[in-house]
Amino acid sequence: MRILKTIGAAAIGIAVAAGGAGAQTQDTIKIGVLHSLSGTMAISESTLKDTVLMMVDNLNKEGGLLGKKVETVVVDPASNWPLFAEKARELLTKDKVAVVFGCWTSVSRKSVLPVFEELNGLLFYPVQYEGEESSNNVFYTGAAPNQQAIPAVEYLMSDEGGSVKRWVLEGTDYVYPRTTNKILAAFLKSKGVTDEDIRINYTPFGFSDWQTEVAAIKTFASAGKKTAVVSTINGDANVPFYKELANAGVKASDIPVVAFSVGEEELAGIDTKNLVGHLAAWNYFESVKNPTNAAFIKEWHDYIKNPKRVTNDPMEATYIGFKMWTHAVEQAGSTNVDAVRQAMYGQKVKAPSGFTAVMNTNHHLSKPVMIGEIRPDGQFDVVWQTKGVIKADAWSPYLAEDKGKVADWTYPWACGNCTKPRFHD
Amino acid sequence: MTGRVARLSAAAGVLLLLLGAALPARTADFAGLVSGLPSEGFAAKRKTVAALGALGDARAVEVLKALSGDRLRSTAEGRVLIVGTGPDGGPLLSDAITGKPVTGVDPDSLGRIIANNVLRGDIEAALGSMTLFSRDRGSRLGAARDVLKHPSAEGAARLEKALAGETEAKVRDAMQTSLLAARLLTGSKAQQLAAISGLAGSTDPQIKNLLDAYRARPNLDPELGRAAESALAAIGHRLRLVAVAANLFEGLSLGSVLLLAAIGLAITFGVMGVINMAHGEMIMLGAYTAFVCQQAFRLWLPAAWFDAYLVAAVPAAFLFAGAVGVALERTVIRFLYGRPLETLLATWGIGLILQQAVRSIFGAPNRAVANPGWMTGGVDLVGGLTVTWNRVGIILFCLVVLGVLALAMQRTRFGLDMRAVTQNRAMASVMGIRTARIDALTFGLGSGIAGMAGVALSQIGNVSPNLGGIYIVDSFLVVVFGGVGNLLGTLVGALSLGIVNKLLEPVVGAVLGKIAVLVVVILFIQRRPRGLFALKGRIADAEG
Repeated sequence: MRILKTIGAAAIGIAVAAGGAGAQTQDTIKIGVLHSLSGTMAISESTLKDTVLMMVDNLNKEGGLLGKKVETVVVDPASNWPLFAEKARELLTKDKVAVVFGCWTSVSRKSVLPVFEELNGLLFYPVQYEGEESSNNVFYTGAAPNQQAIPAVEYLMSDEGGSVKRWVLEGTDYVYPRTTNKILAAFLKSKGVTDEDIRINYTPFGFSDWQTEVAAIKTFASAGKKTAVVSTINGDANVPFYKELANAGVKASDIPVVAFSVGEEELAGIDTKNLVGHLAAWNYFESVKNPTNAAFIKEWHDYIKNPKRVTNDPMEATYIGFKMWTHAVEQAGSTNVDAVRQAMYGQKVKAPSGFTAVMNTNHHLSKPVMIGEIRPDGQFDVVWQTKGVIKADAWSPYLAEDKGKVADWTYPWACGNCTKPRFHD
Repeated sequence: MTGRVARLSAAAGVLLLLLGAALPARTADFAGLVSGLPSEGFAAKRKTVAALGALGDARAVEVLKALSGDRLRSTAEGRVLIVGTGPDGGPLLSDAITGKPVTGVDPDSLGRIIANNVLRGDIEAALGSMTLFSRDRGSRLGAARDVLKHPSAEGAARLEKALAGETEAKVRDAMQTSLLAARLLTGSKAQQLAAISGLAGSTDPQIKNLLDAYRARPNLDPELGRAAESALAAIGHRLRLVAVAANLFEGLSLGSVLLLAAIGLAITFGVMGVINMAHGEMIMLGAYTAFVCQQAFRLWLPAAWFDAYLVAAVPAAFLFAGAVGVALERTVIRFLYGRPLETLLATWGIGLILQQAVRSIFGAPNRAVANPGWMTGGVDLVGGLTVTWNRVGIILFCLVVLGVLALAMQRTRFGLDMRAVTQNRAMASVMGIRTARIDALTFGLGSGIAGMAGVALSQIGNVSPNLGGIYIVDSFLVVVFGGVGNLLGTLVGALSLGIVNKLLEPVVGAVLGKIAVLVVVILFIQRRPRGLFALKGRIADAEG
């Protein structure tokens, strides 16, 4: 009986809360945040939720958007891929949000994609990924392979990067590493690297016993040619991997490891003194010196009230996406998805990377590429960067099955995956 | 005619002048090279490093080491400074060119002169040729091994000279091997033949690759070819043996990790029959205890004591996780004895609560737990077989834990009571044993051991709130496979699963290897539902 009463009280509470929110909808714009706050991905994703909240906070302090306050609806999909789709539907139909910032893993994005397409919602996806996708309802503000993986490999091939001739492609066993490694292997072969100079290996999520693999890498590297490891190892498996490398005496000047999923936030959980010199490729590093970045870092420290918290690439991508969306809304004079989408193309934002990021009609950004080496304090030294911004390819020119595929959502193409335009005069 | 002579002598005069100027220019050269560093790109720095290495100036060693170790700074005026450690442990600045100490400058206000991997490799090579004659045994050994990576005629000459004055046996061996390798590629036919027979006794994969490349040379003398062939066969045979040994060690090491994770469960699940889904979280709590100990040592104790934090963490984790275990048993689990399904759900829920509690206190990101000095690095045994200290430490630790536990179970009053209660609760109660107290202590013991496992696991992996989830499945696998309620079974089960896993991994890969092990265990359980070492006798039958 008592339990029933409690449930009743709770239900009334929820109804009141919902009613209160409903009454406010006239003068607020609602935006959704769809990042895991519990489960495996909470490590990475909860920071992005805070980034969006910080941006909204600052926006409201400056008077909001279109004269209205912006209100954030935060939901927790709990690192559970099907739940992502459920929560996305809830945000779009029940909360009627104007835009959603969310997802980290590719599998979560693939899970919500049909929902956003069916309900014509708008998703900003802030993480580097494997490409091979362009949806009319998603703006991808992270790097595509040609903005991260390919330049990193090119750097290692150059004199400056050590003229690497032999490659270990080491990844966690899921869609992002497998697709990236497929593209990288095709790219390496186009540069004349033979099969016997490429070793591809996959390990399960959360893999922790790296002895055999590290020994195999050492053996592979002893063939007399300069060897590098390209790591698409994701999440928790990185710590034991780097620990094993250091203990087995592998130094960055012997066998450098370039990683695509290891940034400042991940290094905060690793004892970095043995990792000095290993590399990461991103579009932004916290150590970059420019006024925009200094302001961004200050904003973050003020908001999170902890001067030790770091910033990283996906946070910068969230920043760019949020700024672009607010500019597009102001330009369109409305939060209507179709109007905002049209206003997004060509939108420019001065990014903390020090460059101006541009949104292209394939729904991906033009951004700079930077290669950083790990410092003893867990930050990165930028050892190489592109002269200007690089435009993202949604489809890789190195894969035979992508030949001729174009992603362009403006007339006459209006398509993310076509070999000829949908319309013609 | 006279004109030409005049011109020639004038040219000679200029040349002499230049030569004369070059001698005192030596120090100026060093200063010039060093003061150029702040403004140079990596390509220019590589040239500077090579030039500094060729100078043979003792001061260059300091500068190169500082550049490689991110300790080189530049002032706004372009002065180059080296950051060292002062007597008080704080930073101490000195001028790179004069070597004199510099005061009154804030190290944080200076620009950093950075190196990249290639540059660090160059510095290593430059220091290598300078340190072949160093006083430090370690750097001589390193230098001798570095020459093996780039065998050359000049290298051979330098090695011969160094070898003449070398007294340390290990350094001599390394120098000898590098010398033979250099002679193999650059020496006369007799020298090559001697080099091949000398290298045939090696177990170094580098030597094998060197000989492989050598044998593949076009128009190689057939006599040399045959000699290389037989040397390669001998090396190959030894390397295969080493690979098997390496596999066994890795299997043993994985097995010991599994064993550590499973011993606690062998008690709570195996002996008490509680399906404890929160077992992984007990491991996680232990790992966080290690983290807290580390932070406490950093904050409150002198730096020299830091390496001892791990020793303090082991009992701390045992007590803390054990206390949590006792509290759990008293408040939740004791009401659920005999109801396995409810126990499963309740402990799983408790596991989630513990995870989220840790996440709320310590935050979602991983926490860094450093290996103490004596657990870092490893030792190269033979032929690329590196045994890392943290693995050796874990194997030993796990055997000690198992041994102490077995002793406690067999030889102490508590062990006797515990066995009595789990075998026949009613009879034990009648004999005057306080069964409720024994239940709580047993559960606490299992949890405490899980906590100690967490300390060990923090040395090889992550410390995150999800840590437990990684090991819970493996732990159940080990206990079920080894035979429920049997410590020996847990030992044999863990080691055999570890070794099988490691033997499969190089053949089929980590993903398929894991699946294969799972399938094998399932099939095995079909044949022998009680696992490897089933308890026999009346009690076991009655329970079943």
